[in-house]
Amino acid sequence: MAEIPAEQVQRRRRKVLEVRNLRVHYETPTGDVIAVAGIDFDLYDGETLGLVGESGSGKSTAAYGILKLVQPPGRIVEGDVTLDGDELVHMNDSSFRQIRWTKLALIPQGAMNSLNPTMRVHRQITDAIEAHEGKQDKEALRERVLELFRMVGLPQRVYNMFPHELSGGMKQRVCIAMGIALHPTVVIADESTSALDVVVQRVVAQTMLRVKQALGVSMIMIGHDMGLMAQMVDRIAVMYAGKLVEVAPVETIFDEPMHPYSQVLIESIPSLKERKPLKITEGITHDPRNPPPGCIFQLRCPHVMERCRSEAPPLRELLMRHEVACHLYNDDGSLIEGAKLEAAS
Amino acid sequence: MGGLTLNYIIRRVVIFLLTVWVSITIIFLVARLAPGDPISAMVAQASASMGVVENQDAIIEGWKEYFGLNDPIPVQYVKFLGNLLTFNFGPSLIAFPAQVNELIARALPWSIGLGLVTLPLIFFIGNLFGALLAWRRTPGPLKAFIPMTMIFTSLPSVLAGLVFIFVFAFRMKLFPISGPFGRGMQPSFTIEFISSLIHHGILPVASLVIVSFGFWTLGMRGMMVTTEGEDYMTLADAKGLPPFYVLYRYQVRNAILPQVTALAIALRTLVAGQILVEAIFSYRGIGTLIYTSIRNQDYNTIQGTSFVVILFTAVSVLVIDLIYPLIDPRISLEGN
Repeated sequence: MAEIPAEQVQRRRRKVLEVRNLRVHYETPTGDVIAVAGIDFDLYDGETLGLVGESGSGKSTAAYGILKLVQPPGRIVEGDVTLDGDELVHMNDSSFRQIRWTKLALIPQGAMNSLNPTMRVHRQITDAIEAHEGKQDKEALRERVLELFRMVGLPQRVYNMFPHELSGGMKQRVCIAMGIALHPTVVIADESTSALDVVVQRVVAQTMLRVKQALGVSMIMIGHDMGLMAQMVDRIAVMYAGKLVEVAPVETIFDEPMHPYSQVLIESIPSLKERKPLKITEGITHDPRNPPPGCIFQLRCPHVMERCRSEAPPLRELLMRHEVACHLYNDDGSLIEGAKLEAAS
Repeated sequence: MGGLTLNYIIRRVVIFLLTVWVSITIIFLVARLAPGDPISAMVAQASASMGVVENQDAIIEGWKEYFGLNDPIPVQYVKFLGNLLTFNFGPSLIAFPAQVNELIARALPWSIGLGLVTLPLIFFIGNLFGALLAWRRTPGPLKAFIPMTMIFTSLPSVLAGLVFIFVFAFRMKLFPISGPFGRGMQPSFTIEFISSLIHHGILPVASLVIVSFGFWTLGMRGMMVTTEGEDYMTLADAKGLPPFYVLYRYQVRNAILPQVTALAIALRTLVAGQILVEAIFSYRGIGTLIYTSIRNQDYNTIQGTSFVVILFTAVSVLVIDLIYPLIDPRISLEGN
């Protein structure tokens, strides 16, 4: 393996968010659905981490777990989330309310109904400001909101409008303006561009990136659009059935995906030049209430081995900044003896 | 800007006028389709009370001429339309020669007064309980207590009234049994009269409120649960807003919109919904008037009171339609 350049090592900066063994279950009459089955990851200062996975993989639930917004029948079963030295999961509600938005903000899917239909747009931004900073001079607040609008490229006239008077892209920009209003440390963007058409999606994504860089916030981007992710994020964390299976810098994961799931996922990205079959439909998924012992991907994995059926592979850092949860590799990142990763096409 | 546009106002007013016109036409047709006629009924009543009435046929013919019943139907219709629109309902048959509109004018303030106290109380208590029942942070004991207050909801209001009269007026003698105010009193703006008015009003109001607010509680609870799942509620929580502010500015504010629509429909009960309760408490409202006029086949009064009730309903719907865009800014844009 090639030597990792020293500058790349230096890029590892301060950790702002540490997630340890986070588990979120949804209660059902026939047993708990394990939506997030104990995940660990870090978010570094100024970094954008992409959390990808198919529908139902638990990526949004993981994000809502970090935000402590999991709604019943869901609940956080265990885990620790540390933000800037504060442990969040066990913090009481009123203390956590102080952290909300000032340090940990959410950019939801604004094109849907994330905005209160009965409140003017500006009021939905200023109520967050006033909740954390107290009552303020109206004119100063107005100036502040208009400055946020300028940052995200919204015209001034939006100020007094109602959400239903805005287009999907504008609503999304309002949500971005809202998310950065208090200069949070970490912003979680939950499928923020999913409901927009590709042109608006690209512009909104660029706005988000520009704002993020201008403010130097760290960001977790949740989504399933691998193409968009490739352009926006520094690192990608691939989630499958409630577990992280691979975490790596974005170039690495596109060039050399190591986990069999990441490999089929990336192979399945369609291109203009050739039609590709969707690899991932092969095999069946397990019952999320009752996962099989061993590896979470065993039922669909093309390289499944005897060991995978009994022993769950831990997420190990095999190469520099490249973590994989798979039995196919030795600790130094080489393939184990006898394993063949033939091109699966 | 919460869009009350001219176009919207015109549309609503046109719909209002259409409603009133159609209902007048129906009243006209129903009266003419009904067997018998009011003149014969009146003369028959007179003969029943006075023995033989001489020249019956001439009298009937005279009255028919007087009421214009010999005109062709279209002419009658136009006259009828004009009369109703000018609140000229003719004389009452049982309180002859008193005019129906005088009777209505005397009864209406009592009904409206009773309704104006009852309906806001029902709306407020019902929605408050509904909101508290659905709110995540409501204390447990309160959540257990509220459903118990709703056991009266399935009772007819008359029954609640009778129970209240028996328990609180007859047995415990806390409240008077009937009437809108103390016997022998003259309506005036004295403390004595007003306190008597309130004292007499408590039982009718209570029996109307206790049987109705549960409907609002259940409706509000359902809407609160629906609203709870909206994305803007999640975002409001994520913003770290104070819980009580999220409750009233985000959740209740949106959940109450359908309730306001229901209020428009319920406004008609201001006049018509308390007929039987008014009757058992001998309240002097329009309910008692409708009740007695139906019992005595007083056609003119039935027509007059029906028209007033319909007009009242149409006006309340119009008023609510005009207020609604100020509450839900999305409404007026539809259909433009």
